[in-house]
Amino acid sequence: MSFINYSSREINCKIVYYGPGLCGKTTNLQFIYQRMNPEARGKMVSLATETERTLFFDFLPLSLGEIRGFKTRFHLYTVPGQVFYDASRRLILRGVDGVVFCADSQLARTDSNEESMENLRMNLREQGYDPDKVPLVLQYNKRDLPNIASLAELHALLNRRNVPEFEAAASTGAGVFETLKTVIKLVLIDLKRGRRQ
Amino acid sequence: MSHGNFVLREPEYEALLAALRKLLTDAFARVVFLVDKDGTLLASAGDAAGFDTMSLASLAAGNIAATGGLANLIGEKEFSILFHEGERDNMHLSVVADRLILVVVFDRRSSVGLVRLRVRQASARFNDIMAVALAANDAETEGVEELTEADIESLFK
Repeated sequence: MSFINYSSREINCKIVYYGPGLCGKTTNLQFIYQRMNPEARGKMVSLATETERTLFFDFLPLSLGEIRGFKTRFHLYTVPGQVFYDASRRLILRGVDGVVFCADSQLARTDSNEESMENLRMNLREQGYDPDKVPLVLQYNKRDLPNIASLAELHALLNRRNVPEFEAAASTGAGVFETLKTVIKLVLIDLKRGRRQ
Repeated sequence: MSHGNFVLREPEYEALLAALRKLLTDAFARVVFLVDKDGTLLASAGDAAGFDTMSLASLAAGNIAATGGLANLIGEKEFSILFHEGERDNMHLSVVADRLILVVVFDRRSSVGLVRLRVRQASARFNDIMAVALAANDAETEGVEELTEADIESLFK
């Protein structure tokens, strides 16, 4: 749910990076953090285990400048991807304005991608959203690795809504900003339209 | 739960700020923050300059959400008050007006009992202001509705 403060002329939106464990959600945020102008981003908060696995969430606030006199702020969150952290994922989806689904392109992760997409749809529904209407972008990550599924296969498996999709290698940054820009645009277009329900 | 936009207009924002300032004084607090449950900072009073307010807001919301999850597991709706005690500073978090989190940071000049009392007294005020804010929320969101594709594109130039 976007928060618009007319007094301070601010628009705040929440974007969640979702996907199976080790697909590169945190790596996306780390790359954005490293490459953004320090004035345009806040501190990155990572609630992770000692082995650097996301325990609760990562958080990165971005300020992208003004439109029509409104400062725009985007709060990027990741969810913990591991199956047993489902309760945490549901909490982080609360109030979401847009989702990036980060898929792991490796063939061995096909089932995990599909399971995570189903989990996303179920959790969105549980939070009262229509999973077919929430602004969504797909990112097929790890395109730089061997033994990966083809784009057509990933599209057929995951992109039943036919939303924008991008190839990426988040460890080198390829596709990271394209994904981010697209989800931000979708969120703002959705904001302009007003209520989704 | 609605997933439309939450619009806060100037009169309600000023009223929230005034209520925060009163709470700050009455509770002898260092700083008070008002955060929504989605993790966005709405307003603050006191010496907020030394704080990373964005991180504070997201972590406060995460804290309330996580303890809310724990509450559900034992059949409670939520734990509406949390208290964290530090060596110098303490933090009192409470849910007000259903959707907001009031964060009070205080040191030894105050006490958890006083803070709890003042927060309880201030809650009614926050409820009233939010009722007005939410009633006005369906009004036109001028400016935002006029956003064009070109405006959105301009963010990325």
